[in-house]
Order: sequence, then structure tokens, then C-alpha cells
Amino acid sequence: MTDEIVLEYHVSGDDFTRAGEASSDIKDKLKKIGLSPEKIRKVVIAIYEGEINMVIHAHGGRITVTVSENEITMVLADKGPGIKDIELAMQEGYSTAPDNVRSLGFGAGMGLPNMKKYTDEMDIQSQPGTGTTVTMKVRL
Amino acid sequence: MSSEFYHSVHLDVDLCMGCINCIKRCPTQAIRVQNSKARIIKEFCIDCGECIRICPHHAKTATYDSLDVLKDFEYTVALPAPSLYAQFNHLDDVNIVLSALRLLGFDDVYEVSAAAEMISEMSRNHIKENPDSKPFISTACPSVVRLIRVRFPNLIDHLLPFVAPIDLAALMARKKAVQLTGLNPDQIGIIFISPCPAKVTACKEPLGSETSNIDAVVAIKEVYPRLLPLMKTVCENPDTNAISGRIGVGWGGSGGEAAGLLTDSYLAADGIENVIRVLEDLEDQKFTDLDFIELNACNGGCVGGVLCVENPYVAQAKLKKLCRYLPISRNHIGKEILSGALLDKKIEYEPVYRLGSNLSESIAMMAKIDELCKKFPGLDCGFCGAPTCRALAEDIARGAAVESDCVPLFRKSMKNLSEIISLSNRKEE
Repeated sequence: MTDEIVLEYHVSGDDFTRAGEASSDIKDKLKKIGLSPEKIRKVVIAIYEGEINMVIHAHGGRITVTVSENEITMVLADKGPGIKDIELAMQEGYSTAPDNVRSLGFGAGMGLPNMKKYTDEMDIQSQPGTGTTVTMKVRL
Repeated sequence: MSSEFYHSVHLDVDLCMGCINCIKRCPTQAIRVQNSKARIIKEFCIDCGECIRICPHHAKTATYDSLDVLKDFEYTVALPAPSLYAQFNHLDDVNIVLSALRLLGFDDVYEVSAAAEMISEMSRNHIKENPDSKPFISTACPSVVRLIRVRFPNLIDHLLPFVAPIDLAALMARKKAVQLTGLNPDQIGIIFISPCPAKVTACKEPLGSETSNIDAVVAIKEVYPRLLPLMKTVCENPDTNAISGRIGVGWGGSGGEAAGLLTDSYLAADGIENVIRVLEDLEDQKFTDLDFIELNACNGGCVGGVLCVENPYVAQAKLKKLCRYLPISRNHIGKEILSGALLDKKIEYEPVYRLGSNLSESIAMMAKIDELCKKFPGLDCGFCGAPTCRALAEDIARGAAVESDCVPLFRKSMKNLSEIISLSNRKEE
């Protein structure tokens, strides 16, 4: 019996109107797997925030979600500009989002803080100029 | 599946041609075509009526009671939905409809819109007193409530704690009839004149309460042609029975319930696909600062119900015109919370879409589904009887279908087989 399942998504950075599609598909699948509604909410919000970040800042990237019986691991990897000061980026309200996305209601500086808030573990690896990889875990 | 769901949408097997119109249109993927006949998966169906609308062969029908049901009771009360008023041309007085209903054989009438005004007032108070639980979602549309119950568990706590107006109206009407006649409650027939089949289901299997006060449900489209001549006879001098105002009657169309809350901070979505989009976004917390979310499964709101006669948008316009000279509201209950208006049973999450009985089983099934999806052509052609390739893969994982149901895949394997046979024939030659 397969004891884990890997869901992979390519996030396009060129089309802002498609942002959120990956998290929406993940939500559908997690419901079918039968995770509790609270866990699903945590995972989906964390991925949604990460997905939006990828589209706004990093021209897209890859999302890999591994679901096992004990935990959900989410890896969001991009080849974007990287985060210069991670500590600063983690502060609520700090944002480098451009005006055009702010006008859609994004860029409030809550993305990374929410990702941390809704997950049990979060690790950010980032190199300016080469990209960012965020790894998050929600324990089941 | 833990509970049996009652449904008022039914299939006439003789009329069903086994085409794929309904499986494609069903918003919850609740229909499959097997052995050339459609089959409704009870657990997934939310009674929205989309399949009734789309079926070109009229094989999907709604079940409801005939007017003969009046004979079963000593005393009958008609409960007209506000959407009934919106069916008639040039109607300027609700009393004409109410008087005609008495002529049709009902002993009394009780407007659902009157109860709606009471729910509106209670909702206004409730929203004001519980700002932290916003946004509140309407419980008026039974299809929407069922959808939330099976698909949006995180939103159950946002549902208003009140029953739908029809349920309160039924309770009040029976109380009034008992007082008036001295009969036993069970000798009184409370009969709803309904715009939609979902309400039929809600009466047979009420959500959030143990029993329903509604004894029978008749369709607006059945009552309508009989009311027309009767309305002509009473139109000069109707009785004055109307007890509701603009807020109550307005509930018949999308946005009406929200208008009764006297706030700008609301959203009103109608049409099941739009409702699902709003619920998805609401679940993802993409908007949280609204007071109220009104959702109606039918286009245009209840006037768009499949048991209505008039085009929903024309009906909405008629409703607006009818409301023009009505008082804002005629039912005022102040701060009182009518006990009959409260849901007395918690609405529980019903995880009907869950694949396996436990997490590891579900994960294994999901892996199998993904594997199958890679194999399938991804055409979502519907030949297999499932609405999408993924839905077929899920059916297979659940044991309800087999791989060879995929027609393009089957055709490909047949072609391969015939090539192998002809190749071996050639070798033998």
C-alpha cells in the first residue's frame, strides 16, 4: 500500500489571474483524502500565501506537497530574486509588492507571517539572485 | 456513507436516453451514466435542480405533492412563497393571490414572507451582537446549506443560527390554526407552495431540526394555472389577508434577504456555480470583512426555482414592482428571539467525498487515482458515464467502475490487439 502521496504543481508567474489554482486543487484533494477541516484550512492558507508570493515576486515556481499519515510537507521553490533580509520579510506588514498587485488587495505584508502562523514548521532558504525555497510542515 | 440522504430529484428511467448532458452540468458531479441510464449518487446530490433544467428528454423530475393532499386534512393552510407572487403579470395586490388560494380550497393562508421578516429582524440583531463571528451565511437555500455541509466544513460555523422562513412560517401557521379551530395539530395540513424541489427535501429531511412542520409541498407551476381564473373572480374585492411588507416579499429574489438586513456590507450570489466560487473564496479567507453572505442556488434567487413558471429575471422585475407601495416591514418582534426560529440541531459536516475509511487507505486510493489519471486521455469526453477522467478514476478507486469503462483507452487497446493479431497472422503466412 502506498503510504504517501506527492502532489506537484508548476506555478506560472506570467499570468496573475491563474494564481491560487494550485492551492485550490490541493484543497480539493485533501478533502477527498479526509483530513480534518482545520488541518486543511492551515495547509491551504499556507500554500495559497506561498503561491501568491511566487507569482508576485518570483515569476512562478514549483510546489511539491507530500502527504503521509503523520504530516504534510510543502516545498515551494522558485528561481526568483531571493529574499535579502529574511528576518525583515517575516515581520507583519513588511512588503515589497508593487502597486499593481496592491490594488488587488495583495501586498499587505502578511504572506510569510501567515505561512509561519498556520504551519508547525517553516524553513526559508534564500540566495539573492538565485531563488528561494520555503519548506513547511503541518503535523497530522 | 454514514447517513441516507433523501432526494426530491428523480429519474424517469424510461425517458432517460443515457446522454451525457446531466453528468456534465451537475455542479457536485453527482450523476453517472451506467448501462445507458443516468444514476444519481445520493450522497453527492444537493437537490439544486440543474439536471432537471438541462435534461433534453425531461427524464429528471422533481417529486412534490398534488393538490389532492388537501383532502387528507380537516383544515388546510397554504404557505405561499414570495416567489409565487412574482409569477403574475400586473399584480399590484398580494391579497388577490391569497384570496384565490382560499377559493382553490385552502381554509387559510399564511405568508412565508411574514416569517421572513421576523428572520430578517432576528438576523439584524444577531449580526450586530456577534461581530466577531462575521461573515454570516444565509440558511434560506437548502441546496446551499447541503453543499456547505458536504463540501465546506470550515464554513458551517458561519451559518446563521436560524431556520429558513418556511420552517418558521409552518410553525406559526399551525399554532394559529390550532387556536382558531381547536383541532388537533395533526388534523391541520400545513402546505407549502414551493418554487423548488430542494424545499421538498428540506421538509422530508429537515436540516438543523428534528421534525418539519410542513405536511406537504405543492409546486408553484401546479398551482399557477388554477389560480389564474380564480384571481380574475376575486380581483375586484379580495379579502385583506396580506401580512408582510417589502422586506418579506423581497426574499423571493436574489439580494432580497440581504436588503432586509439594512447593511451595505454584504454579498449576494446566485446560480450554483457562482455560489461555489464564493464559498471557495470564503473558505480560503479571501474576504472576511463582510457582515453577510446571501447565496441562492438558482439564478435570480428563489424566483429561478425549477418549479416556477416565469423567467427568473422577469419575475424579479415583477417582484420589484409589486413591492413598490408596500410598507417596509409589517412584522416587528423587537429583540425577541422566537424559539421556533432557532436551529435546534447542530448542522454537522458530512464528509461524503472522503475516499477511504482512514487516512492511509485514502492516501493509497489517491495514489491510485493519480496513476489512473496519467493513463487516461484527459479528454473528459464523458463516454464512460463519469463527468471527467478524474471522476472515473475516483469511481474506479471506490470500486464503482472499471478501467475498461474508458472508451478511448479501450479502443486503443483493441487497436493494439488487432495489430498484434494481424502481425502474428502475417508471420504464420
